[in-house]
Formats: sequence, C-alpha cells, structure tokens
Amino acid sequence: MYNMSKAASQSNPNSGWEARAVEFFKDRLKEKDAHTLVPSLNDIPMHYLKPNSLVKFRCFIQDMFDPEFYMGVYETVDPATQAKTLRCGKYKDVTECGVDFNSKNTVTAERQTFYCVPIPGENPWVKERYANSSQARVVPSTSYVPSRQKRSYEEDDDMDDMDTQPQKQREAHAGPQSPTEHHGNGDCKRQETEAPSSQTTSASHLDLNFPLPGEKGPSCLVKVYEDWDSFKLNDMLEVYGILSVSPALSALADEKDASSSLLDPTECMETAEEQRVHCPPASLVPRLHMLYAKQLQHNNPLLPSAATSEDNSAFLASTLSEMPSVREELLAYLTHVLLGDALAAEYLILHLISNVYVRRDVLPLGKFTLNMSGCPTVASYTERLYQIIQQLVPSSHYLGMSLQNMNQMRLVPKKDYVANRLVSGALQLAKNTSLYLDETQLEQGQLDTTGVRNVTALGNLISWQKVDYDFNYHQMEFPCNINVLIASEGRSLLPSDCQIHLQTQVAPSHLEEYLSTMHMLSQASSQLNKFRIYLSVARLLDYSISDEVTKSVEDDFVDMRKDDPQSISAEDLHRMLVVARLLSLSQGQTSLSRDSWLRAKHIEALRRSRMEQHKCVNGNEP
Amino acid sequence: MSSPASTPGGRKRGRNTNPPTRKFPTCSNLLGQDSSTGDLMPMPTSPATDILSPAAPQDTSLLSSPRPSVPPNEVDMSSPLMYGTPMRGTPARQRPDLGSVRKAPQVDLHSEPPSTDGAVASESNAGQRLVIWGTDVNVGTCKEKFQRFLQRFVDPTSTEDENAGLDLNEPLYMQKLEEISVVGDPVMNVNCRHVQSFDADLYRQLICYPQEVIPTFDMAVNELFFERFPDSFLEYQIQVRPYNALKTKSMRSLNPEDIDQLITISGMVIRTSQLIPEMQEAFFQCQVCAYSTRVEVDRGRIAEPAVCRHCNTTHSLALIHNRSVFSDKQMIKIQESPEDMPAGQTPHTTIVYAHNDLVDKVQPGDRVNITGIYRAVPMRVNPRQSNVKSVYKTHIDAIHFRKTDEKRLHGLDEEAEQKLFTEDRVQTLKELAAKPDVYERLSSALAPSIYEHEDIKKGILLQLFGGTRKDFSQTGRGNFRAEVNILLCGDPGTSKSQLLQYVYNLVPRGQYTSGKGSSAVGLTAYVMKDPETRQLVLQTGALVLSDNGICCIDEFDKMSDNTRSVLHEVMEQQTLSIAKAGIICQLNARTAVLAAANPVESQWNPKKTTIENIQLPHTLLSRFDLIFLMLDPQDEAYDRRLAHHLVSLYYQTEEQMEEEFLDMAVLKDYIAYARTYISPRLSEEASQALIEAYVDMRKIGSGRGMVSAYPRQLESLIRLAEAHAKVRFSEKVETIDVEEAKRLHREALKQSATDPRTGFVDISILTTGMSATARKRKEEVAQALKKLIQAKGKTPAMKYQQLLDDLRGQSETAITKELFDEALRALADEDYLTVTGKTVRLLA
Repeated sequence: MYNMSKAASQSNPNSGWEARAVEFFKDRLKEKDAHTLVPSLNDIPMHYLKPNSLVKFRCFIQDMFDPEFYMGVYETVDPATQAKTLRCGKYKDVTECGVDFNSKNTVTAERQTFYCVPIPGENPWVKERYANSSQARVVPSTSYVPSRQKRSYEEDDDMDDMDTQPQKQREAHAGPQSPTEHHGNGDCKRQETEAPSSQTTSASHLDLNFPLPGEKGPSCLVKVYEDWDSFKLNDMLEVYGILSVSPALSALADEKDASSSLLDPTECMETAEEQRVHCPPASLVPRLHMLYAKQLQHNNPLLPSAATSEDNSAFLASTLSEMPSVREELLAYLTHVLLGDALAAEYLILHLISNVYVRRDVLPLGKFTLNMSGCPTVASYTERLYQIIQQLVPSSHYLGMSLQNMNQMRLVPKKDYVANRLVSGALQLAKNTSLYLDETQLEQGQLDTTGVRNVTALGNLISWQKVDYDFNYHQMEFPCNINVLIASEGRSLLPSDCQIHLQTQVAPSHLEEYLSTMHMLSQASSQLNKFRIYLSVARLLDYSISDEVTKSVEDDFVDMRKDDPQSISAEDLHRMLVVARLLSLSQGQTSLSRDSWLRAKHIEALRRSRMEQHKCVNGNEP
Repeated sequence: MSSPASTPGGRKRGRNTNPPTRKFPTCSNLLGQDSSTGDLMPMPTSPATDILSPAAPQDTSLLSSPRPSVPPNEVDMSSPLMYGTPMRGTPARQRPDLGSVRKAPQVDLHSEPPSTDGAVASESNAGQRLVIWGTDVNVGTCKEKFQRFLQRFVDPTSTEDENAGLDLNEPLYMQKLEEISVVGDPVMNVNCRHVQSFDADLYRQLICYPQEVIPTFDMAVNELFFERFPDSFLEYQIQVRPYNALKTKSMRSLNPEDIDQLITISGMVIRTSQLIPEMQEAFFQCQVCAYSTRVEVDRGRIAEPAVCRHCNTTHSLALIHNRSVFSDKQMIKIQESPEDMPAGQTPHTTIVYAHNDLVDKVQPGDRVNITGIYRAVPMRVNPRQSNVKSVYKTHIDAIHFRKTDEKRLHGLDEEAEQKLFTEDRVQTLKELAAKPDVYERLSSALAPSIYEHEDIKKGILLQLFGGTRKDFSQTGRGNFRAEVNILLCGDPGTSKSQLLQYVYNLVPRGQYTSGKGSSAVGLTAYVMKDPETRQLVLQTGALVLSDNGICCIDEFDKMSDNTRSVLHEVMEQQTLSIAKAGIICQLNARTAVLAAANPVESQWNPKKTTIENIQLPHTLLSRFDLIFLMLDPQDEAYDRRLAHHLVSLYYQTEEQMEEEFLDMAVLKDYIAYARTYISPRLSEEASQALIEAYVDMRKIGSGRGMVSAYPRQLESLIRLAEAHAKVRFSEKVETIDVEEAKRLHREALKQSATDPRTGFVDISILTTGMSATARKRKEEVAQALKKLIQAKGKTPAMKYQQLLDDLRGQSETAITKELFDEALRALADEDYLTVTGKTVRLLA
C-alpha cells in the first residue's frame, strides 16, 4: 500500500482528492506502528529503495531554496493518436512526454524546496536504535525479486482502500499506468547497478554540505507542497514522502555543458556551481516529495515519538515516579566518571537537562552553559569524558579548541552567492545538541581574523543562544538551543553561566590507572537506556513556581543582600533560579519546592566556596 | 527646436556607456529609412561576434524549424503594436524587456479565432471593437487615454525628487517631454500611482497586460512628442518606463498569479553577471543568390527560413552573425531585504534580466526597487526529448530600477517609501499616541526583561525617536545633529549589554559592535580588493552602515584611543572623512551612538567622578547627550522588586508577559512611523522654556564659580524635547516636552556629573575632566607646598618623601600622593622647581 504515489499523482485534479489523499496518508500513519513500516532513508541504502515509493527521512533543514513554480496540472498529446490527457504534476519532478505548452488547462502551482541532511551529530546509538525499531525490512530479496508482480498486487489493494476516489477516475488512470510502471522498474534496476559506484566516485566532487565534518548519510531535496512557512531553518523533521530518483534529472546535469546551454539562454545564466548545488544527480541527492512531516521535539528513539499528546503524557507520568532513583544511579555513575567529584556530577546532570524554554525579548531563559575547569590533561581524559556524554545524549559534537581548529574551521554558516546556497558551519546544529568544547587542546599562539570571529561566534552562542549567519552584505540572526559544555584547565576564555572546578578524589599518580579501569557501561545495557530516557524526559517536563515559594525566594534574596550586598547580584539570582529549576526537574518535580530551593542555594554555596578556594590557591586567577 | 547642441551630447553619453543596441552596418535599413542614422559608425569587429562565433558550428540546434502555428512574416504585419511609422527618421528601438510584442495579433471581440486583419489598426472605426488577442486592450482607446493622461495629469502635492524643478501646477508629463527634447534622453518614467489616480481602468490594464500596454504607451508618447517638437532629434524613440506599481510585493508573496504581470519588488542586488549579447534579429543570407532576409527571435528561438524566397532553393540560407542585431542583457540576482523576512527562514532570491541601457545600472549591494514583468519559462530536461522537467524557471524582465539607498545620500525622509503602513495600522498607532501615558507605556515596553532603570529606558526611547533634522547649510553651519547619543556606564552585570542587544534588535538599521573587537577601520570604512572584479572597493564599517540607525558599542572603555578618536567627527558632525588608497571622500554617518562602558576598576567607585571611573577623554564624553549610571542601588525595597521581577521571568508564560507589555512589532512600527512622518518644530512657549532652562542651568553653577552648562547642553535639551514631542506624535514642541527633556537631562547629570566631593551637579566634570572643587583644591595644595618650601629657606634640594610628610603634617586635610604629585607638577610648570627621581630641586 505504500506504493500508491503513482495512483495519487495521476488522477483528475478537480475533485479535491489531493487533500483527501494526503489526509488518508496521515490517518494511516497515525495508526499504531504504521509508521514503522515505512522504510527510512536514514538506515536503508538508497539503491534498495524503490523509486516513487513512500519513504521517511529523519532530517534537519540545512538550507531553504527559492520557491519554484511547476506544472500542477498539464495536458499531454499523444503523438500517434493526438489524444489529449490531463495529468497531474504534483509529487513529481519530470513530466510525461508530449506536453502541450499552449493548453488552457495548464495550472501553475508553487512549491518550496528544502535541502535536508541527517540530523548533525546524531550519535551512533540513536541511529542503530531507530534502524532496529523499523519494521520495514527492505532486505535485498524483496528488491531483487522482480517487483512487478508484487506492485500490481499492492495497487489493487490501494484501489480498495481508496473509497474516496470515484469509480470513473480509477478506470481512467488504469490505462496509462502500465507503461510508466515499466519505466519505474527500469529505474529501479538502473539504481541497483549504478548507485554504489556513482556514490563513491561522485561524492568526492560534490560537497553535500553537512554542518559537521565527517558526517555520512544521504542528503535530500525535500519538496514541500503546503504550509512551508511553518518550517524553519534548523528544524528537525520526520518527513514522509515520495522518493524520486528519476534519472532524467541527472541527465540534465550531464548534458547542460554540451549543447543545451546555448540553446536556452535562461539556462546558461546560472553558474555551473549553482546548477550542481540545486540539481545534483538524483542518485546522490534524491528528491523527496513531502506528503506529511512531523516536527521532532527530540530525536531519542527510546521515547515515544509524540504521535499524540495523550500517549506522551501517559509515558511521562510512568517515568516520573522512577526519576529520583534513576537520578541517584546516574549521579553515582557520573561521580565515578568525574573522578569522584559528586558536586561536579550534580552540575553535569543539570547541564545535560538544560534547555532554552523561552526567550524574553533577547534574553534566552533556561540555558546552562557549564565550564568544567580543572580537567586533568593526562590520558586524554577530556576525550574520554566526551565519549561518555556521547553515549548519554542523542546528538552531540566534540570541538577541540586547538589553535589550528579555531583558525581554520568554519563555525558560522555563510551564504555562498555563487552557488546560491548556505554553506554550513559547525554551529548549525539542531536543538538540544550537546556541543562539547575541549579547551585543554588550546595552546599558545595567535588567533587570526577567522579565529577571532570563531571565538566571538562561540561567545555569542553561549551568551545569547544565537548564531549570526553571514550573508555577506548583512548578518542574520538565527536563534538556537545548544547545550555548551566547556572542559578546560583554568577558567575558560569563553563566557559561561556557571563554572565548576573539578576536585578529583584520585591522586595524580593513580590517575592513569584509574582511567584505564574506568567502568564504561556497555552499549546496550538497560541502565544506559534508563539514563537516556531520563535525560530526555527531564527536558520535556513543565515547570512552575507557586506564589508561596516565590515569596520565600524573594525574602531569601533580600536577606542575603542585607547581610552583604556584594555577595549576590542579580546575575547570581538568575543563576540560582536556573539551578533550582533544573534541580527540581532532575528530580521529576514539576514545581519548585522550598526544599529544592534550599538545596539549590546549598550547592551554589558549595560551588562558590570551591571557587574561592581555588582562587586563593592560584592567586593569579581573575 | 533645440537640438544641434544637445543631441550630440546625449549621443556621446550613449556611446561612453555601452551602446545599448549593437547596430551593425545595415541595420538602419531595417525601417526602410536610413537618412538620419547614416552617421552611426559601422562596427565591423564587435565583441558580440567574437563571443558568439564558437556557436556557429551548432547552428542547427540554435535554429529550430519554424513554429507551425505562426508564420513569422505574416504576423509581423498584422500586429498593431509595430512601432508604427518611424517618426521623422528617428529609429525605434526594440524593447527586449517586453518580449516579442510584435507577435500579438488583434482579434475582434466577437469573433473567436484570431483573424488576420492586416490594416485594422489604422481604421479607427473598426478598431474600436478590436482587442489584442488574449487581453481586453484596445489599442486605439488605450493610446487615447494615455495621451490624455500625459496632457492633463497634474500633481500639485508631488514630493518626489525626480520632479524637482518642475512646475507642479502644470501638466507634469508634458514638462517631462520638454525635458526629453532638451536633454535628448529618450526615456520617460511614469509613476503608476499617477496613472491609477487618473484612470483606474488604464492602470488595471497596465498591470495585467504590460506586454501589450507599454508599447501602446510608447506609441502614444512618440506621437505626442513629435507633434510638439517636430524638429527635435532623438537617438531613438521615447520609451515609457512605468514604475511604482502599487501592487508592490515582497519577494515572498510572489505567486503564480503574478506571472506576466507588472510588479514592483524591493530587494538587494547580490550578483550581477557579465554583459550578455542577445540576438534580437537574425540576419540570413542565401548562399546561392545572396538574397538576405531577417527573422526576429521569438521566445529565445529563431525560425530559420527553409526556402529562399528569391531563388526558391531549399536550405540555402546561412546566418550572418555580424549583420544580426543584438541587444545587451545582464542577469542580476536580487535577494529579499533582511527587513522583509520572517524569522528563522533564509532569504529568497530572484533572477532579474536587465536589458539595453539598464545594464550595469546597479551594483551588488545596492538596495533597489525593481519594476518589471514576472516571467515563467518551462525547463527542458533534454533538448532532443520533449520530456520536460515540470518546473518553471522564473525571472523578472526589468523595466525600471529605482535605487533606494541612492536617495539616502541626498534625500531626507528616506524610509517614507520603503515602509508603507496599512490604514488600520496607522489607526492603532494614532490611538496609542492619543493616550496620555504613551510615553510611560512605550518606555516600559522597551526591554521588559530588564528591570527598572526607568529613566534610562526613557532616554533610550527618546534616542530611538531622535530629534528633528535641521539644515543650516545655506548659512554655512551645515547640518545640525538630530541624533541623541547615550552612554551607559556602571557595574558589570547590570544588564547594559542586554539593553544594547535589545536596541540593536529593535531598530531596522542597527549595528552592534564590541569595543574590544572593533578597530578604527571596522567602524569607518576600508578599502579592499574585490575578489571578483579585482577592483579596489570601499567597504563601509559599522558607523556608516548604521546611518539613520543606531550604532551600539559595547565595552566602549576597552576601545583603543585610536579607534575612539574616529568617533569625534561622527558624533558631532555626523560625517566620516576618509583619505586612503587614493580614495578621499566624506560619508554620511548620521547615526546615534549607544555605548556601554565598564568602570576602570571593574567596580564603580562612588568616591570618584565619572571621568575618573571610566577614564574616557572628556572631549568624547561631552558629545554624549545623556550619560547614565547603571548602579546597583542596594536597598531593600529595590531588592525585593528585583527578586520578584526575576522570579516571575522564570515562571510566567509567554502570553502573560505579552499581556502586560506592548508587542515589539507595534513598538517598531510606532517608532518608524514617528521617525518618518513627524518632524516637530519648537513653539514659542517651548523656546522660552528652553531659554529659561538654559539660563537656570548656567546660574546654578555660576553661584559657586562653576559653569554647569554649555551650548552643547542646550542643543541636547532641544533634541530631547523634539524627540519627546515625536513620541506624542505632535508637530509642535511644547512646554511639557521641554519639562521632560529638562528632567531627564537633570537625572542623567545628577547621576554622572555629580561631584562626589560636594554632591553638586557640575558639568565641568564632563567638559574639562575635573570638577571645579577639585581644581580649586589642587591650587590650594600647590600654594601650600610653595609656602612650605619657601619656609624651609635656602635648601636647593629636598627629599621627595620628606617633603610629602612635611606637607601632610602641616595640612588639615588629607593629602594623597596623587594630589601631592599634581601640586609638584603645577609648581614645575611655573618653573619653580624640578623633580628628578626622588629629589626635588629648586630652580634659581
């Protein structure tokens, strides 16, 4: 039944069936587990997927191209019989042969193209888990079996399902179906044989524009037919759509440098780069015609994918009660990882569940950038710490702040006007991605202009949770929601919301030994899964402060100021409120209690006293 | 009438720029008359030929077979839109911007198939019922209407700069025709708004069928012109260029319905291509009998004649490139202006083709309004298959460019045309303005997340509105600054940066820089080599970019002196002078500066003056109208309110917050509206009040031998009062405005210019860097020291420390080491003594 795109795209346009067909798909996908049956571009190699079939893609909007006009409805003339047929151009890239351009029935419609890439920094465990949960088994066998038989069976199936379509139309499009289907099969075979080779060869000269270096996976041109204003750059989506890999699209790219460029003056205006970016070979960057897309709140496969809110709240309620106990386990584990420092472990948990939940004019609330200073530099401890974080959160990125990296990396996305696209940078990340900055890698030397710009961009990201994309003639501000963790020896050169100095309980001489025996949880252990669920759920909880607690917080603040006005500033109160909020959430409480507030005050006091101590020891700390 | 003198001038200009149409030797024959164009120089080797010659082997693909439906030659004659009879030798020039107009046949309204009625256009009786195929345009009526428009349209209230120097009570476009006859530039720009107000139906036709209507207009205008000025000589016939189509669209709202319609969009030029010669008319010659024929290009194709009409040989005709007619064409890419974009999306781009003399009119980076025809062309996947990609390529054929930032250089109210407010928006804004507490409302809507600091917010609000711009350049004093500059200084962590960020986000042309990261060139302008053209180009910095906006400078104190000195000129004269790498120029930088500075000792020292606390040169400080201190007040009631405010930030939902405060968008519009439309003038009472205020301020100080106000302060007061009047949407500055300006000025003074030693307001802290009491004290100490030394008798050299201790012992007040040093320096200046190391020597 998921091969019905062809049926959908070829019927009479006037009956309003389009809306109904999309509705039908949406309803079907809402049914229990139905969405797991749809093969996903993320885990199935493209040459195993049938063209013009329904697929899904978990992706991230990296760039938005210009809207395009296409032939929504057009008429073709059969050269032999002169018979005219009305056809639908929706959900397709290429028209049938013999288009009559002067037909009065042509309807021009508009659609939007998004350039989508897999979610940047998505950790291997997430990918694996999603792949395992998929029930769409597109093993080679189904694809190698001549699929003709099967497909026709399925189409019959569709017919019965689709009561919405009037009888007449069904008959009308039964005719033209067989030749196209044949065509489709041809495509399929071609894909199988050619795709692997073309992928290896052409990937080298085509930059797929992933935000993070070393990423793999398909990128996709997603064609959006309705409501495109509701999507924003850097959104995470799960797109359900019709896969189009028509070789005709690639043909365009091949032949343009031959004769066609001279023939059509409009075509030669576009630069070769632009052509390459906007019309890459379909075998490499397939087109996906969107039927329906779901905005993802998170990309944690262990949580229900939020199909309905009731399901979700039931799930939340069930985990809520377990949260305190999971928190204890996680705390113990992180304490172990952080060389026996329980306070730092506590702060790390708070950091991992932080989330910008609202913006007050320019001020993002809820962010909690942590600067973990005093990291030992032996035995690549910081990298090991990252590996552990990587196992806990769905997406993360490690950025070693070495001088070379800072001077050479492109952090801020930049518009390339020659190719007319947004060249991605490492700071173009989806929401709640953990960005791990390793400052222990920094050595002495000089930052050049790029380096200064990169450091400024990181500073802006931390202070305002926004990245100013470079549009050459102007900058454009894109809000983001990235959890930044800075590991450093001394105090970081970047601003942070909170600095905690690591106090190891392990003697430096034993450090190597300790690290080598450090207990890493096995990849799929149930404990690790519990932690993963815990961290994601804590982020989704609602939070409130009752009037009484508000009052007592105010009193506390006034009292503290009375004793010593220098001891606490408005900024400190800001931080304490964030800590209190995160502390409550980490315990599964959705409103601030007096106890949590006191506890927040307490750990803040501990942290500050540690800072004081540290300042005394080092003397030269600012 | 005019011409021998003026026309050659016009022609020379035409040659210096790109000759719009490349005319090859024989093209003057095109219209059957070559008398006037004979003097055009033949151009045997044109770059166009060179470029196209590689294409020659592919002629077959270039020339498709004739389209079956429309035999070219017949239709040529039937079209009513032929550029009629040539007007006394003035050649018509093709308009590639309109596409192939000659292909439009006329049809009788009542007969269905397009009939080939050749001579209909001339017969006006029969012509009444005829319309151009596919439209409801009747050429005769349309022409008449437009001629009537040209002859009668008067716009007494016109404010456009194009109309400068024209008599507004005479028919506007007739004056323009006269101008054309004098200047010889055969282009007539027509404001669509004028057409609309004159004849709404004509306007509708113009918008819907520009391809047909504009040539009709051309015809009408030329008939009229040559009737009026039969002797004038033009290079080619007048072309009508409509602009300002009322349906001005943002790029985002273009949709398939706009195809083939006249639209005006605004945007920024991001790329321009090289010049592309486009064939307009192909010249074919028979290889057998040398018979030649011409074929016009239709939709990018040339219908190659299969048979020679002269000798009937088939396939004997060959294209002769350098006798074909080419026109210039350029591809321009336009990007949405950042202001029009919804948040979180990337800007759209559109391709624009400029033709003939519009080529090279705009450069990348220009903000332009483009009027043109929106086109969509289907894309062909494979030229040999008829399989098409189901996507159209869209572009705009430009008819008229209007640079929006060009006007900024000389015009005044530049945003007037950019930002159009809808009727009900204006209504809401006016309602808001009528409220008695609008000032308080607006100031509390400013950065609601920042707590209290009411006066500072009010100051910033007035800065956002700005004063009235006054021009005294006639009397030699130049422009008066209308922008209000504000400096915020205070303890770290008092949300100064947040305020700056907020303001930067609020104003359309704001710039945000940090003192630490900016250099003098970054603020002003620098010369760099353009990577594409390899030419030296002037890149403007933050101050120039924020012309007519606000430049927010954070960490002002961290700025190097060198950089800061650039600000002197900007903050008073509002210009930037640059002399580097062969470029000497003066740029406008009418920007308001909002700066934030931290105290030198990181914490504000209440025992020191502002100058001492922030260590900025007083020459710069005196250029700030308002200097605010943002300090932690440290009292219980304040703490409680602060705590409440912060806590509520963390639990109130978005909606609750919005109920309490004005929407940021409303505030934005309010400010934009007031800045554009309101320019208050001082009323009689207000000027009296200002005079009094100034005299009072001077008096306060003079009682104690100090000056507490300078003319600069009077100017600030005027600016603030004007800004306050703008807040009220009032065209008159009244006493209440002056009162508020006085109050705010005093508040700011009280905070920043209070002498910590006496507690009095003392403006001389800002103007000389030292308070009057401090100066007096310094003199006293110097005198006391002199006495002390004299009392010691004839000791030529003394120990430094000894002297300090002696002085301390003698004086009743505490003598700090700095004070002592200053006294020594004062005496050294008098040539009384010299200080060398640790010893003090008396001089003779």
